[in-house]
Amino acid sequence: MEAEGTVSGAGLIAMQNFLTRKIAVLSTCLILLLALPVIMQLLDEPYLISLSSRILIYAIAAVSLYLILGYGGMVSLGHAAFFGTGAYVVGILASASFDASPVFSWPFQMDGSERLLVALPLALLISAFAALIIGFFSLRTSGMYFIMITLAFAQMLYYFYVSLEGYGGDDGLSLYSRSQLPLLDLGDDTHFYYLCLTFLLLFLLFCHRLVNSRFGRVIQGIRENEKRMQSLGYAVFGYKLACFVIAGAGAGLAGALMANQSEFVSPGLMHWTQSGEILVMVLLGGMGTLFGPVLGAVALLSMEEILSMFTEHWMVYLGPFLILVVLFTRGGLYGLLIGRER
Amino acid sequence: MQSPASGLSMLLFIEQILNGLQLGVMLFLMSAGLTLVFGIMQVINLAHGSFYMIGAYVAATVMQQTGSFMLGLLAALPVSALIGMLVEALVLRRLYQRDHLDQVLATFGLILFFNELTRIIWGRQPLFMDGPEWLSGTVELIPGAPYPSYRLAIIVVGIAVAVLLYLLFTRTRLGMQIRAGSSNREMVAALGVNIKLLYTLVFGLGTLLAGLAGVMAGPILAVESGMGESILILTFVVIVIGGIGSIRGALIAALLVGMVDTLGRAFLPGLFRLVLPAAQADGVGASLSSMAIYILMAAILVWKPKGLFPAQA
Repeated sequence: MEAEGTVSGAGLIAMQNFLTRKIAVLSTCLILLLALPVIMQLLDEPYLISLSSRILIYAIAAVSLYLILGYGGMVSLGHAAFFGTGAYVVGILASASFDASPVFSWPFQMDGSERLLVALPLALLISAFAALIIGFFSLRTSGMYFIMITLAFAQMLYYFYVSLEGYGGDDGLSLYSRSQLPLLDLGDDTHFYYLCLTFLLLFLLFCHRLVNSRFGRVIQGIRENEKRMQSLGYAVFGYKLACFVIAGAGAGLAGALMANQSEFVSPGLMHWTQSGEILVMVLLGGMGTLFGPVLGAVALLSMEEILSMFTEHWMVYLGPFLILVVLFTRGGLYGLLIGRER
Repeated sequence: MQSPASGLSMLLFIEQILNGLQLGVMLFLMSAGLTLVFGIMQVINLAHGSFYMIGAYVAATVMQQTGSFMLGLLAALPVSALIGMLVEALVLRRLYQRDHLDQVLATFGLILFFNELTRIIWGRQPLFMDGPEWLSGTVELIPGAPYPSYRLAIIVVGIAVAVLLYLLFTRTRLGMQIRAGSSNREMVAALGVNIKLLYTLVFGLGTLLAGLAGVMAGPILAVESGMGESILILTFVVIVIGGIGSIRGALIAALLVGMVDTLGRAFLPGLFRLVLPAAQADGVGASLSSMAIYILMAAILVWKPKGLFPAQA
């Protein structure tokens, strides 16, 4: 450890190298992401554009989980509950609009809608509300209890959607088309890809601002020492709950996009293996930065895609790979690419 | 004088109570081992359901070859214990000092591996197995209410295991060491107990019980890849309600969850029919009964955030 205030020459150079490497890697990634649909068109692989949108959507979900996990220290194994809720809001609204029947008529009439400008805010709102309820109960606990309770609540929502016979029950619900948005044709995979990319970048920017704000500092303080923050007079429970709700809304955003991407929603979206997969993305990418989860989503989903080209039993390789990652790498893929921040 | 209808519903009620007891016993077998692993080693193990599945598959295979359920049972128990101890030595032992997050990720990897491995070995089609011949009949515990002997046997086995575990923990040296290890690991190691071996044995005991539960579930459910996960989630609910690390809590919570789940599924739709139109009542009743245990869990946690019997103060 170096004394505070003095940085040795070697340390400064290492810091500069780290920063240049970080900027180089990140800007390359951004240019690649922006140019991706064009490259895919040239390569004549339009399927990959739709796959890339899926990856971007999961990246949003992973970043939202990272918000509570990395900064808040809350290990949730039920994050797919909010992902699925966001997707179902879009699905239910679209299906009601297609049938021209209201979603509910009491206490006021709620009509279906295929417009993204209606469906998306509602998806955010309702998944945030679900996170408020689930968080209120789960955050009374911590550690192992918290992991298991979030898991159990997600299963509960899973069974709730399975029992929604009017919306396909176990089999899920097919959407007639993607949502409508002025100026863009979301049915076009390239347009949809750029929409997802925009949302991902906006969400990253939002999270970056959030974790560096006063609120974000408090959340990180709570992660480090909850008792001390409490003694300092912070309403610890309120801060944690707020963070949990924001993360839930983020997952709801990803879910709403996912419903559009696949034009299909099913309870499988909130199965606990989904929560596990999102968690894996966060860990695989590496903790300590918001780009880790994005990298993790890219790595995990492309690995699944590539492995499944060779064998239908790809999970038998993925499982041990995950174990090896846990046992032998610290800092995940981001650490490998850019180096450790400290 | 009772009317025949209420007599009939009384018999139905008793039958459902027994079913609830049977589910509770299965959950106890699963949660007893898992709560020990959570409580003593402070490690979260998502892969506990895999040993349940392994037990069921081994028993089903041996039974198909030999035709004997008991041979299947005898083969499945050591296999699940050995694989458990192997996994502990290879993977989990390295995770004791790590974050819960690393434990979740590694054991999630184990689940993927075991589920896919069973698909490779046994294929995607579920296997079906029969219980032993001598338990294929029914028993009339109460006149007029025949109950399958096999399900009754599960209840008996579960109670026997509970008694054995109680004796093991309170009357033997090993049990004393396990209890000591859960309250102060360093001290026990300093007193000369081989804590590594102790942990491996506890883990093996847990997976053996999971394997036993899997074998006994075999004739009731289909033996298929991923069967461990549905019971794993219920097991988590049991452990959270009972309090992590508490065997007594696991027993009581398991019976509670088994009862609430079974009785809810059997009677909630009927109850709602008293106040709602039939079609609507069935829908509400079905969805509420599948959520009942989670609601129970939430309610208990509001009351006691560390479960009914918190093991550590």
